Parts: sequence; C-alpha cells; structure tokens
Amino acid sequence: MPEPARTAPAQRPRRARRGRNVMSSTGLYIATAVAAFLFLVPFYLIVRNALSTDAAITGENWQFFPTDLQWGNIGALFDDSSVPFARSLWNSTVVALLHTVGVLLICSLAGYGLARIPYKHANKIFYVVLGTLMVPTAVTFVPSFVLVSSLGWVDTYRGLIIPGLFSGFTCFLFRQYFLGFPKELEEAARVDGLGYWGAYWRVVVPNSLNFFAAIATITFINGWNAFLWPLVIGQDPSAWTVQVALSSYTTGQTVVFHQIFMATAISILPLLFVFLFLQRWLVQGIAQTGIKG
Amino acid sequence: MSATKTHDLARPAPAKASPARPRRGLRGSPTLNFWLFTGPFLIGLAIFIYAPILWSIWLSFFDARFTVTPDKFIGFDNYTYMLTNDDFVGSLGTFTVFAAFIVPTTWAFSLGLALLVNRLRFMRAFFRSVFFLPTACSYVAASLIWKMSIFSGVRFGLMNTVLGWFGIENIAWLADPNPPWYWLVIVSARLWLQSGFYMILFLAALQNIPGELYEAAAIDGAKPGWQTFRHITLPQLRATSTAVVLLLLIAAYQAFDEFFNLLSKTTWGRPPLVELYYKALGESQDYGAGSAGAVILTVLICVVTLFQGKIMGFGRGDESK
Repeated sequence: MPEPARTAPAQRPRRARRGRNVMSSTGLYIATAVAAFLFLVPFYLIVRNALSTDAAITGENWQFFPTDLQWGNIGALFDDSSVPFARSLWNSTVVALLHTVGVLLICSLAGYGLARIPYKHANKIFYVVLGTLMVPTAVTFVPSFVLVSSLGWVDTYRGLIIPGLFSGFTCFLFRQYFLGFPKELEEAARVDGLGYWGAYWRVVVPNSLNFFAAIATITFINGWNAFLWPLVIGQDPSAWTVQVALSSYTTGQTVVFHQIFMATAISILPLLFVFLFLQRWLVQGIAQTGIKG
Repeated sequence: MSATKTHDLARPAPAKASPARPRRGLRGSPTLNFWLFTGPFLIGLAIFIYAPILWSIWLSFFDARFTVTPDKFIGFDNYTYMLTNDDFVGSLGTFTVFAAFIVPTTWAFSLGLALLVNRLRFMRAFFRSVFFLPTACSYVAASLIWKMSIFSGVRFGLMNTVLGWFGIENIAWLADPNPPWYWLVIVSARLWLQSGFYMILFLAALQNIPGELYEAAAIDGAKPGWQTFRHITLPQLRATSTAVVLLLLIAAYQAFDEFFNLLSKTTWGRPPLVELYYKALGESQDYGAGSAGAVILTVLICVVTLFQGKIMGFGRGDESK
C-alpha cells in the first residue's frame, strides 16, 4: 500500500556519537534504570494491592510481595452490588468505541472538506473551527450540561457520546494531514471519473489508514479515560463509566482497599492492550501531532 | 452532430482536464460537496460548542439559581459576585501556583527523559515504553494509587514507610494544608502521568536534528555535553518546546480529575474547574454565577494563550516538523 510521505516515520540521520566511554555509558544506564523503576512502582502497587487482603495492605510491616495471592478478589469485585462495576465497564466500552468511530468519521470528513474542496468561504469557516480551540471544552461544561439536560440526554449514551464528537482540534489535525496528502492520487481517481465522495472513500481513506489508526488510538484512550463529562452526565449509577465508578470508591463510607485496586487494575487493562498492540501508531501519531484531548 | 456538441460542453472530456484545475471533471459542485463533508461537523459545532458558549454568556447576566430559563436580569452582578468571591479568586490562585510548578517541571523532566532515551544504544524501545506507559492510566486511577497507596497519610503508605526507615514521623499528605504537602502529591501524580507523552514529542524532535550539526560543533571544538546541548540541541528544540509549553498550560487550565479525586473532601487546593463544578452543579445549582465564572475563565485563557503565542511566536512555521 502506498504511504503518504507525511506518515512515514522520520528518517533519522545517524547521530554523532557522544558519551563513548564505558563510565558514562554505565552511568547513563543506571540513571535510566532508576527512573524506569520509579515509573513502574505505581503499576506494581496496583497489582500487589489488587491481589492482597486488606489486612496485608494496611499491615504494620510493609510487604513487598503479597504472601498468598487472592485471586478471589476479582470475583468479589463483581459481586459487590454497591458499585455496578461490570455495568460501568460495558458503558465505557460502548462510549469509548462509539466516540472513536464518530470522531474519526465526522472530523475526518470536515478536515478533508476544509483542506481540499474549493469553496470561497472555506477560510472563514476554518476560523470558526479554530476559534473553538481557544475555548477549552472543559470550561463550557456548565452550559453544555444545561443544554444536554434540556434535551433530556442525562444518563443516556447519547448524552455521553454526542457532545464530544465535534472536536475542533481533531478536525484541525485532519485538515493539516490532508493538506499534505499527495494530490496525484486524487487526480488519478478523477481521471477514473470518481466524484469527491468516491475519491475520498476509495482513494484517500485507504491510503491514510496509518494516520487514522494513530488518531483512533489517541481518541480511544481519551474517551476511555474521560472523567469530568461522564461525571456530570452519569447521575444514575447505571450510566456510570468506569472512571466515575472508580471515583465513587473513594467517596463511599467504607474503604475496601483490595477492591479499589482490583477495579483500578481492570480499568487500566484495556488500555495496556491498546498500548501493546498499537504502540507504533500511537507514538507516530503523537510525534506527528502532539495532541491530547 | 449538435447532440455531440452539447454533450461535449456539458462534460468536458476527463482525459483533457488540466491537472491544475482539480475541480473540473469531478462529479457535483464543489460548494455542495463542501457542505456535504463539513456540514455534519459544523452543525454539531454550532449546537454543542457555540450554543453553550452563547447560552453561558446570556445566563451569566441573570439570576439563574435552580433554573436555566431565568427572567431576572441582574447585569454584571454575577461577575462582581464571582470576582469578589474568595473561593473563586482563590481557585485562580490555586491554578497559578499549580501552573507555575507543573509547566516547568514537566518540560524539564520530559526533556530529560528524552535525552536519556535518545542516548541509549540498547533497549531503547523498552525504556521508551516504560516511560510512556503511564499515559495509559487515567487521572482517576492515578489519583487512587497516589491517595490510597503512595501518599496515604497513615503508616502503611509507601512514602511514610520509606520515611519511617529514616525515623521521620508520618505525614498527613492530603489532610492538612499546613505545610502544603498536597502540592507534592498533585504535582508528582501529574508528572508521572504526562511526562512520557511529552517525552515522545521531544524524542521525535531530537531525532530530527541533523547529525552534521553535532559533527560541525565537534570540529569547532565544542565539548560534547553541556556546550552542545546549550548551543545546538536547545535552539533546535525551540519549536517543540514552544508547543509543549502551550499544551502543558492548556492541560493545566483543565485540571479537574486529580484535584477532584485527591482532595474531594477538603476546601483547599481547588482549581477553577472544581470550584465551578461545585458552584453550578452542587447544592446551590447557581447556573448564573457558574456561567459568569466560566466566561471569566475563558477570557483569561484566551488572553494568556494569545499573550504566550505573541511572546514565543507559536504557529509561525513551527508545525513544519
């Protein structure tokens, strides 16, 4: 599959070699290893606490390794009826997936229109889109909530998903990407008699899968990890996403440590899979665009 | 004959269409297609972004407690109320302190990580992944780990355990604003969460610096290390640094998740968004004052962003990788 120039990983000229003696190289690795250790400690704590008893977690003596692993903690988490954790996992899956699909569809189309379809007011409209970048969506959550609640969308998937689909930033990124997309490919499609719509779906999108994958990965992560909006919209526990459910553990009357950490571990798992399998696109996408939510 | 002629006029032969005029030979009018492509997005933008902003401005001039269809116009009272409200003004102060800590530390820390990883010859991908991995964690999850396990104010918290080895008494990290240890908790959590992300940006930029620059510097007698870093690496990273600082600032403005989860029951350390959340959606449901606060905050963000853009020249050819 031909790859547009912009998505190709940056060609890296071989760097001039520095720090060539063994001493500094060893120091380098020690420093990196120490930093890496510190970065991994929180992950270790999640797993350790998730598989411990509360007595072991809060015991007098710090236990580095749990003596006997409590695999039953997994089942206990889902048996607890005070927090509908399984339901919240399902909600998050639906919301994050539909959010990703919707954002990709709507923002990529708009980005392509702004970048490639000649229209005399296209520039003015582009400024209307850019204007929203100045206003962080988080700041408008109060009026957005008022609007969504007057539509009757509180506690619904519609309310959780639809208002987040119109990301000015993602549209902007797609526009920038399509501006750099090789025109020759579209011209070939034109010779074959395709319209804008046909050329977009049959030529542009299939040749941009790398960029779509990168944006999809980042959008999914942001969708899964979103907190403020789901907190505002998910008033009833049946509409909680996994982040809202996690947060509710800290406000509950009794704190069950192993339960909190098991829930945290399970909430992170899907994203770890995303990281393992899609890291190439993720790193590439971030390097290209430098985005987050 | 005339039929052929009409046909030719209506549809110029595709093969003859000039490549310089891409609109010719494509089906449908460009204007129609433009709206077909951008229409759904623009309608959504109007309904879910611009309408709330306008509604917010409108509400901010009304006494809108427990109602979104108020009828009592009160002019700028909501604004004077918010600007003289200790909690809201204090939250702006909280943000300023937070930004003053988190922006430079994340910048330096992620650049440091990028420099480390970039110099590695073995296991580079492994270490890059390790530093990047926290990006997978949500702020809520990180808050739970920080609050319940690392900076727990009791003896079994990791930090207090480690300090205990040196004979230091337990510290109530979050439960006591004097001294304000809660800043350490908040800043370290966010540092862990976002450094890996910005490290990737810096890594990409570092790898785009031409190697010849370093070779030329070596010939000119520059010592590898601080000198080359100061005179070659840093200037070459200028565009990325600018973008990173801007992104960090915007991210700091939106701070909500970790403050809400780490300090939920306390009255200190509330950034603007947490304050507005309680004001508008809390017990008083004061949409008017909440909206006024949102407007003030938006104006503030716009001013700071524009100001920073002016100073650092953001957007002038910076995106050209």
